[in-house]
Amino acid sequence: MDGLVEEPALGEEGDSLAPSIHLPLLPRCFYHPVTVGRKKTEFQKTKEACLNYIQDALLQNQWQRAAEFMISYLEILESSTVSKRKTAPEAIWRIGTEILLHHSKSNIEELNYFTERMKNLGVKNYLKVCLEHIFYLLCNGLIDEAYQNLTLAEGWRYGEQTAAQNDELKLIQAYKGLLDYYNWSKKRKAMLELDEENFTDSSEQEMHNFFRQAAVNLKEIIKIPGVWDPFVVCYVDLLEFYGDYDEAREVLTEYAYNSKFPPNPNAHVYLYHFLKRQGESKKSLVSVLKILHKTVPSHELMLEFYTMLTKSKKRKKRRLGLEVIFEVLDFAGWKENVKAWSCLAEQIKQILENSNKHLDWVKEEWNSRKDWWPAFHFSHYLAKRNWQENEKLAYEKALLAGILLGKDCKYYKYVLHQGCKAKKKRFQTLKKFVKKHSSAYLRISACSDSSTHL
Amino acid sequence: MKDEILCCFWRCYLQKSKQAYCPRPVNDTPLELVVSDSATDVDSEPERVSPFDLSSFTESDIDLQTECSFGQISSVDRTSETMSVYSGSIDGSSYVLKRTKGNMRMSMPMTLSFCYMALLWLKEPVTLSDLLRFVAEGHIPYINAFQYFPEEIKLYGLDLKIFRVESWPEYEEVHNKMLELAAFLDLPRFPAITDSCFLHPDMLCIKYLMEANLPDELHSWTCRVVKKTGVGETNFLTLDAENESARKANYDILSVAIIIVVLKLLLLLNDQYEWVLSNFAEERNKKNKEGRLWFDFRKWYKVVKTCMDIEQKKLAEERARCLWKCETPLFYSAKQKAATLKKRQMILSLQRQFGALTDSPQVTEKQSPSSFQLTWDEENPDGSCFHGHSLEGFLQEKGNLHRPMNPEYWLCTVKLCNKKVCGHLAHYKEGDFSKSYQFILNLFSFLLRVDVSLIHEEVCLIEHKLFNARLHKKSKKQSKPKEVEIPKAPGNTG
Repeated sequence: MDGLVEEPALGEEGDSLAPSIHLPLLPRCFYHPVTVGRKKTEFQKTKEACLNYIQDALLQNQWQRAAEFMISYLEILESSTVSKRKTAPEAIWRIGTEILLHHSKSNIEELNYFTERMKNLGVKNYLKVCLEHIFYLLCNGLIDEAYQNLTLAEGWRYGEQTAAQNDELKLIQAYKGLLDYYNWSKKRKAMLELDEENFTDSSEQEMHNFFRQAAVNLKEIIKIPGVWDPFVVCYVDLLEFYGDYDEAREVLTEYAYNSKFPPNPNAHVYLYHFLKRQGESKKSLVSVLKILHKTVPSHELMLEFYTMLTKSKKRKKRRLGLEVIFEVLDFAGWKENVKAWSCLAEQIKQILENSNKHLDWVKEEWNSRKDWWPAFHFSHYLAKRNWQENEKLAYEKALLAGILLGKDCKYYKYVLHQGCKAKKKRFQTLKKFVKKHSSAYLRISACSDSSTHL
Repeated sequence: MKDEILCCFWRCYLQKSKQAYCPRPVNDTPLELVVSDSATDVDSEPERVSPFDLSSFTESDIDLQTECSFGQISSVDRTSETMSVYSGSIDGSSYVLKRTKGNMRMSMPMTLSFCYMALLWLKEPVTLSDLLRFVAEGHIPYINAFQYFPEEIKLYGLDLKIFRVESWPEYEEVHNKMLELAAFLDLPRFPAITDSCFLHPDMLCIKYLMEANLPDELHSWTCRVVKKTGVGETNFLTLDAENESARKANYDILSVAIIIVVLKLLLLLNDQYEWVLSNFAEERNKKNKEGRLWFDFRKWYKVVKTCMDIEQKKLAEERARCLWKCETPLFYSAKQKAATLKKRQMILSLQRQFGALTDSPQVTEKQSPSSFQLTWDEENPDGSCFHGHSLEGFLQEKGNLHRPMNPEYWLCTVKLCNKKVCGHLAHYKEGDFSKSYQFILNLFSFLLRVDVSLIHEEVCLIEHKLFNARLHKKSKKQSKPKEVEIPKAPGNTG
């Protein structure tokens, strides 16, 4: 090494504690740095360029061009670089499938042929290829072929690979279970249509076979934490048919309440429907729906929930009911729902006629909404539209507008005017009603105003 | 004709590298049999009479190689029947060992070096860049050359290192190998390259001027530069292994560099002057419709650039589409054979499947190899051919000689590098030079399929030869870097 060592002046300034810095000059071989290393062969470079062309062609939907480049890209499977050889099969499979799915000249046989080849290409991807192929067949309605493929795939074993691809195997078993259920339900439908005399033992036996296979596989997959809605539904259907309600209940409660599973509103819906079918008590039904309300306040079952709550004798439940119905109308999907509005109107009417005992409930609910509900529900434009499209809706909303926003509300005034013009009787009653309870508006809004001044 | 030359070279090489034709071959001492067998085998080879045909002459070269290794293999078979057929070449392992200095080993690029040397000896009108282009276009078997071997030869195991080609041959590599080879074989001075020879810069310049769509009148200027720099001397051009200074032989790059220097002399190429000149030319061309048009740089640039863009894109796509593997695969061991064959079959069937999806027929007729890549039609009414244009726009008369109007010149580099330190005399960094210069470099680099830095290096060399006297005079006065003013045009003196 030609390194010369210099000591800078700093070191001499007397601070003996600071270490002196040695700056070696660059040795001669560093004067002209040149990149040396494994140069990329032309083969690799051209294959990379080829891949870029294929990607461009795929993105621009030029399937013909992609197929042309694919012919030369297939050679990557014989690349001398080990890492490229390992990743090549998956790339070839995915690109090839894309092209064959979209090319105008290709059909299902081409795709089948290609997939067979892909399965033989690399053991590591075997089950994945199978699974995707099955999805494709299912999406195109080829249920029988899908079933055949599933049966073949289910029985595949390959030493260590079986354990490595366990997830795919489980999925394959699950889908096989699903198709077994499908076959079973077909059989069941066929048997229901026949007369009892024409029942053959063999067909019934077949049906039971399907049931058993389906039950085993579906049960297995539901054990794994995840979202398995269609599987759960099918499984419960099977169990109900054969009268195993306990098992069904257990499965559904597990699915809904086990914290390992991701939160899934549908789980609660399924549980609720099941319990309803079983004729469970209102209490248990309400507890199930409470959770649903927390997660999805705008669910369609909320009206049922509300009805159950208001019928209850407990004060807490009725209070909850009011909350539920207000929350439901917070969402845009319910804006035009006459039933919901009429429920709320009914409730408010009841409260007002009931000597205003629970007016503070209304005040609480209205407090968080008074800023934005007027523009959201009670604008002038909406008044016109509602009146044109749905008079009943307009009526219910007008009632609420009159109570909550007072007589001077644009919405109320417009609808009332229109209704009186059209000489509808009930609008007269509405006018009187609102007048009568105009103080309520002041109470609702005044109290909240004073609270803000604090 | 050329077979004899190649044969001579090949035998000479074998002798020099002590692989055959000598009392004790380096590789296989126990098998003395080999020497005599291979000698007799090669001597008794049947006369190969193949007419000189550009597309097939390499085949004979490869066959020559294989004759020798064939001889070696067959002798092995004779001596030990227990050895299986798949033993490959017996000296395959020695190729994998680290190269010791002075030991010249065969490789695929070397075969091209051999070819080029033979061509040079015969003074054929084929430059190295043409040769490599033919290889890249597939006219000469290179990538899967073993396809053409006779049946008996089985490539196996370590032979793969040599015969499995995954890169196109590079100009520099082949060229350097050729020079090394010439020294190694102790060849005498090559046949002289004179003015009338195709490889002389005067002749080659015509070819490249035509291809780059430049006016023919530039030719007189290139001749002047050649004369001034002494580049056209026979002693300089002819390859002579013993004489250190006469070891260049890169005629194509030389001619192209001369053209670039001439363009720099006339147009300065500093991103300003040439556009000003072209403005004048354009105005003048608009006014005078008859008579010869003046050479308009801007128009030339547009025409050539669009053409080049298309060609480059086509070339890139063709490169991406080219198939590297042939029908017979190579494999390392007998165990791999079944798996490799199976894979090959599958790939072929997949290729067929995708081929069926494409409309156009896959096999387009192979065009015969031609020297010219770009042709410009003079009859074309577009006026996209500039061959006949005159250079009046940037010349002025003085006496009966023409001088360029441009009084300035800029050197690509003031000082040349030391070859021993970094391997090259000059380095090219894109951002340092004007865009026009870069464009012209790229144009010629594309035509020759050569790296830009090689051409740039040659341009620097020529400039230094041209302005030698000036540089040495100025260096004493400490001149400004990069800008050397010349009051007189170089064509006037000498």
